[in-house]
Amino acid sequence: MRGPLALDTLVESLPQLMDGLKYTLGLTAFGIILGTSLGVLLAVGRSYGTRILSIIIMIYEKVIRGIPLLVLFFLIYFGLPQIGINFDAFTAAILGLGLRSSAYQAQIYRGAINSIPEGQINAAYALGMSKFKAIRYIILPQVLRLSIPGWSNEFTILLKDTSLAFGIGVIELMRQARYIQVRDPDLVLIVFLFIALIYFILVFSANKTLRYVEKRYQMAGYQSEVHR
Amino acid sequence: MTTDFAQFFIDSSPDLINGLGYTLLLTFISIAAGFFLGILLALGRVYGNKIINGLCVGYIEIIRGTPLLVQLFIIYFGLPAIGIIFTPIQAALIGLSINSGAYQAEYLRGAIQSVEAGQMTAARSLGMNKLQSIRHVVLPQALRIAIPSWSNEFIYLLQYSSIAYIIQVTELTAEGKFIAAHTFRYLEIFTMIAIIYLVLTIVSSEIIDRIAKRLSIPGVGAAKGIGQRNT
Amino acid sequence: MAMLDVKNIHKSYDDNEILRGVSFTMEKEETKVIIGPSGTGKSTLLRCINQLSPPDAGEVWLDGEEITNPATNINKIREKIGFVFQDFNLFTHLTALRNVSIGLEKVKGMEKETARKRAMDELCRVGLDAQTKQYPAQLSGGQKQRVGIARALAMDPDIILFDEPTSALDPELIGDVLDVMKSLCGKVAMLVVTHEMGFARNVADEIIFMEGGVIVESGPPKEMFTNAKTQRAKEFLGRIGALYGGG
Ligand SMILES: Nc1ncnc2c1ncn2[C@@H]1O[C@H](COP(=O)(O)OP(=O)(O)OP(=O)(O)O)[C@@H](O)[C@H]1O
Ligand SMILES: [Mg+2]
Repeated sequence: MRGPLALDTLVESLPQLMDGLKYTLGLTAFGIILGTSLGVLLAVGRSYGTRILSIIIMIYEKVIRGIPLLVLFFLIYFGLPQIGINFDAFTAAILGLGLRSSAYQAQIYRGAINSIPEGQINAAYALGMSKFKAIRYIILPQVLRLSIPGWSNEFTILLKDTSLAFGIGVIELMRQARYIQVRDPDLVLIVFLFIALIYFILVFSANKTLRYVEKRYQMAGYQSEVHR
Repeated sequence: MTTDFAQFFIDSSPDLINGLGYTLLLTFISIAAGFFLGILLALGRVYGNKIINGLCVGYIEIIRGTPLLVQLFIIYFGLPAIGIIFTPIQAALIGLSINSGAYQAEYLRGAIQSVEAGQMTAARSLGMNKLQSIRHVVLPQALRIAIPSWSNEFIYLLQYSSIAYIIQVTELTAEGKFIAAHTFRYLEIFTMIAIIYLVLTIVSSEIIDRIAKRLSIPGVGAAKGIGQRNT
Repeated sequence: MAMLDVKNIHKSYDDNEILRGVSFTMEKEETKVIIGPSGTGKSTLLRCINQLSPPDAGEVWLDGEEITNPATNINKIREKIGFVFQDFNLFTHLTALRNVSIGLEKVKGMEKETARKRAMDELCRVGLDAQTKQYPAQLSGGQKQRVGIARALAMDPDIILFDEPTSALDPELIGDVLDVMKSLCGKVAMLVVTHEMGFARNVADEIIFMEGGVIVESGPPKEMFTNAKTQRAKEFLGRIGALYGGG
């Protein structure tokens, strides 16, 4: 009988864990791309769109933020097929992660848009810029810079939330760990600790990198407003 | 169709109410336990010596750097390997509290530091000792400032307690999954569950908002980041 | 035909009629100063001219074109009307140089390098050769406002509207900005809302005294300062002269 810290067998399961890691990273990448693009659109739509559009977006944000991610996963993966819409587990997880993140990211961008003084857009108009150009060249660049800390936050949340894709059977890190546990129960503690370590390294390095980006693009005299 | 749905809802409600009970139990106990843990950690970070501060930072960073699900798995599946065994509900309560403590510590620390400097000096120059200053001057202000983040944290726990389903706690989501497995009416049941969470989320943030207004003192502002949620 | 013709402008916010029929004209390269008590609608008038706040009634004509007509492309018109703001409104995320060149690039469609050179020239003109790489937060108020002026100038406008360009500045910084404005006199038309009586007296071709949403009296500085016809203008000029000095 091996002890609970059997390192040699852990090494044997490494390839399997790396397989899971690939899915974890894939979910993170696609999820954040969906969440960010949708989030920016939602924020711009809510701030600059018609009244109706902005009400619709507000409701979307409130509803999505009110539903736990796991329930959202279940709705998409188990619920939608009932009305003929089928996704594989991986796609369903990306949709769930992206939709939920978009609702939170929209808030960040909207907050940033609101924090930009009206004088900025007036000055852009006074130069002869159209609304589109003013948003594109004056507002958005500032909004995105101001949003880096909030975005970093969302990124790490999403990274950790990919673990919930376990609940609909995506073979990501957690699922692989469970497979290993079932096959080799002695390994359970060490495998989960190891998984924790992997996540920790991912979150830690993401934070460090993003903090660097934040510093790099910080507008002079503008302390980013959000600090963890 | 609608009456059918209503009937289904009525049939399911005893199970759902049962699950809701567990969800609320998990939420309330862990937010309270997490609060005490969080205050200790926050005070440790602001006022502790190097070693205490280091330990608190380590704890907070490790917990916030790993997913809640991993923490639950370690507690529920992992610890039995070294002879520590919990029931699902115990494991979930412990996991959620440990987790919430780390997040609550961070915003309590932020709040403490935002009032700390000038107020502490003023309290000390009145002749209060450090503990009295913290207790009577710093904390009453810091806790008020922390209320908006606290509202975030409550909703976080309300929603993320659904993860306990994965370690077989029969909370709301688990009951839904159970009913669905028998009736195959996934869409209806998860829509119901989603609505329940949505209502709980909206109602609880409204209530906490009211509490914040009641407790508010002019000039003691709630410093909330832009659209932040807990990491 | 006057270059700028403002005809009977009316503007209300909610139930408050702020402008109650304002008319005046400006010739090429003329300098006019608008004075009047706070809340009288001076800023509102300027914003009606470049349509940042479109008037409810009345017309504005620039170079024979009715710019209040909804069919005109207002962005094209605004290129020809520079605006200098009381609180500068420099683009926070851009250096002084880029603040001046962005309009040239994105609105006039100029090559990046040409725009940069032109921006450089304008910054030299306002005495900021050394600050081109600085961000707004790294500039003093007076420097910010001079960038604001350079930004407007670079677009080659027919007229520049100044809304209290020096009133957000510390007294010792006002001089630099006024000097720049004086140097523009006779090169481009300027319509300036200001309390700087020295500037009004020495530089303006005409002073317009506004109160309660209408022009109460206007005339050459000499006349206005020595024998204004209306009692209100006399009082106001007397009071403001004592406050801001005759210079
Ligand atoms: N966007 C707006 N919405 C509602 N009211 C406005 C708006 N802009 C200006 N006002 C009102 O119009 C009136 C005139 O304002 P305006 O800024 O034109 O005055 P002003 O003559 O420039 O005064 P000051 O010398 O203080 O700058 C004020 O009473 C102001 O409250
Ligand atoms: Mg004004």
